[in-house]
Amino acid sequence: MNNSENNDKRSTTPPSGVWGAGRATTLFDKIWDAHVVSSVENGPTQLYIDRHFCHEVTSPQAFNGLRTRGLKVFRPELTTMTADHNTPTINQDQPVQDPISRNQLDTFAQNANDFNMPLFYPLGHIKNGVVHIIGPENGFTHPGMTIVCGDSHTSTHGAFGAIAFGIGTSEVEMVLATQCVLQSRAKTMRITFNGKLNAGVTAKDLALYMISKLTTGGATGYFVEYAGEAIRNLSMEERMTVCNLSIEMGARGGLIAPDQTTYDYVKGREFAPKGEEWDKKLAYWKTLKSDEGAKFDKELEFNAADIQPMITYGTNPGMGMGITDSIPTLESIDEAGRISYQKSLEYMGLEAGEKLEGKTIDYVFLGSCTNGRIEDFRVFANYVKGKKKADNITAWLVPGSWMVEKQIREEGLYEILTEAGFALRQPGCSACLAMNDDKVPAGKYAVSTSNRNFEGRQGPGARTILAGPLVAAAAAVTGKITDPRN
Amino acid sequence: MEKFIKLTSTVVPLPIENVDTDQIIPARFLKATDKNGFGDNLFADWRYNKDGSPKADFVLNNALYSGSILVAGKNFGSGSSREHAAWAIDGYGFKVIVSSFFADIFQNNALNNGVLPVVVSVEFLAEIFACVNADAKSTLTIDLQNQTITNNVSGNSETFAINAYKKECLLNGLDDIDYLLSKKAQIEAYEAAR
Repeated sequence: MNNSENNDKRSTTPPSGVWGAGRATTLFDKIWDAHVVSSVENGPTQLYIDRHFCHEVTSPQAFNGLRTRGLKVFRPELTTMTADHNTPTINQDQPVQDPISRNQLDTFAQNANDFNMPLFYPLGHIKNGVVHIIGPENGFTHPGMTIVCGDSHTSTHGAFGAIAFGIGTSEVEMVLATQCVLQSRAKTMRITFNGKLNAGVTAKDLALYMISKLTTGGATGYFVEYAGEAIRNLSMEERMTVCNLSIEMGARGGLIAPDQTTYDYVKGREFAPKGEEWDKKLAYWKTLKSDEGAKFDKELEFNAADIQPMITYGTNPGMGMGITDSIPTLESIDEAGRISYQKSLEYMGLEAGEKLEGKTIDYVFLGSCTNGRIEDFRVFANYVKGKKKADNITAWLVPGSWMVEKQIREEGLYEILTEAGFALRQPGCSACLAMNDDKVPAGKYAVSTSNRNFEGRQGPGARTILAGPLVAAAAAVTGKITDPRN
Repeated sequence: MEKFIKLTSTVVPLPIENVDTDQIIPARFLKATDKNGFGDNLFADWRYNKDGSPKADFVLNNALYSGSILVAGKNFGSGSSREHAAWAIDGYGFKVIVSSFFADIFQNNALNNGVLPVVVSVEFLAEIFACVNADAKSTLTIDLQNQTITNNVSGNSETFAINAYKKECLLNGLDDIDYLLSKKAQIEAYEAAR
């Protein structure tokens, strides 16, 4: 590798100061500009990262890279490590059965030890769980931060008014070595949801509706700010669900301006600012909003009242529809996309024009960084209370973290769920990506609260129907796709 | 990282849209702790039967098609941020991917591994597919210095975009981490000024 000065034309210029000082700027611009260390001429920005989340699957090659180069981790206290993707959701107190998975988890522990990482949460630790769930619940995620993780659903943390995005393993190595990444500035988009959501419609439905309108690549190249009455009315956990799914329409990330809902959620959590530091931060957080008249590269508006409970019928999250709708006909699809569309329906074993309401399904999965938080379990438990799980359904209820699991027990949801015939598994990503044994068998239909319905995502040949926790609950007790409003 | 300057090759056509990284490399292959061997499982579920035998109808198993350029439908590389997808494509031997549209994270990951994503117009893409369909020995030439892609059957050419920094990295085989390491003093100054 040649890195001599005269051969390296990658020169830098110092940051250009506060972006557009004195004129209306967007929330994204304000946070971005506060984190610019330098800008490469005609190239990307060197962006400082406030919080790095790290898991066992996308980090081993990055730590190996540091070893090869003889480097230390630059700021170990700014990285939070949890094992979640490749972990079993039963018998976590026993050695992991799969030797290759066990090796990956051992490697993760070895890396934490070798590089003196102070925030390491292995299996069984009270702070262990899905990375995008344990971050906010322990107070690692604050407004105004830049946050990265080797995971595309890092966009979840944008719910706090942070610039949060997924990175590859080469970039994980860069963050470990320098606490910086090189990123091109994204374009900005604002999506406004006017009015109120109808009863029986969840944040997941809002997101699936939006993705079905924009398609799976419709926000590629953009950072999206969500705004409007329906967004303001969402709880912190619901906002996380919406921002989590930003990547499913290709967006680099999504974010929501912080408000009282945000401050109330963050306050008092273990790694949240305290005392005088809190007051100082809060004053800054209150400046974090898009100015009136701020110009976005693209603006979209939706009416919240138009949204009904959603399901997907295809093999990407953009292939969604209202639960009472019919699958689009082939003629309604662009000619260039018809081969892919037919391939997708063939995989799903579904016909164009077909209605899915009333269709028998086999599996229900409640969990993941999209819908594995306490509020999702409350919604599910509230629906199944006094009812029984349908005999044809295998249900996997997987809390996003041990703290969520603890809350499920403390709030009495555990009794409601067990009386209705459901069992609770141990925390992890589980059937969202099926790296562990939680695989839906080939040809079986799963109503899943996770984020991706890609071919084989939940196991080779598995057929995923994405939905919110309420539609999942209704499917679990009827054994069919059921409108929870009925 | 290997240098990339200019390449002429036959192509492997994959006229499917929205090819996500779960298709490029399914999650069950992400258990490794090094970067080697992912090429063997590139497009595993499209490429192999359950018993591991090759699926005759998949393009990578069709002896007609070979080369170090993959040509795919729009929105290639959507979904998961797994860099294993770029390692799989590189490991298989592709040096260039041509499409009318790429997902962001995948595009970065490819560039960080010396694999060049080339964005072409919808028309140019359709012409490549038509030419390769008519003659599997059709070739493309990608010239990074001049930022051009040429269909050697039709003679049509397009320029493609790449930021000057990344171009410099590829032409010289440099990667980002060395660059960032050279900025340590600036990083510490930034931290001190906060």
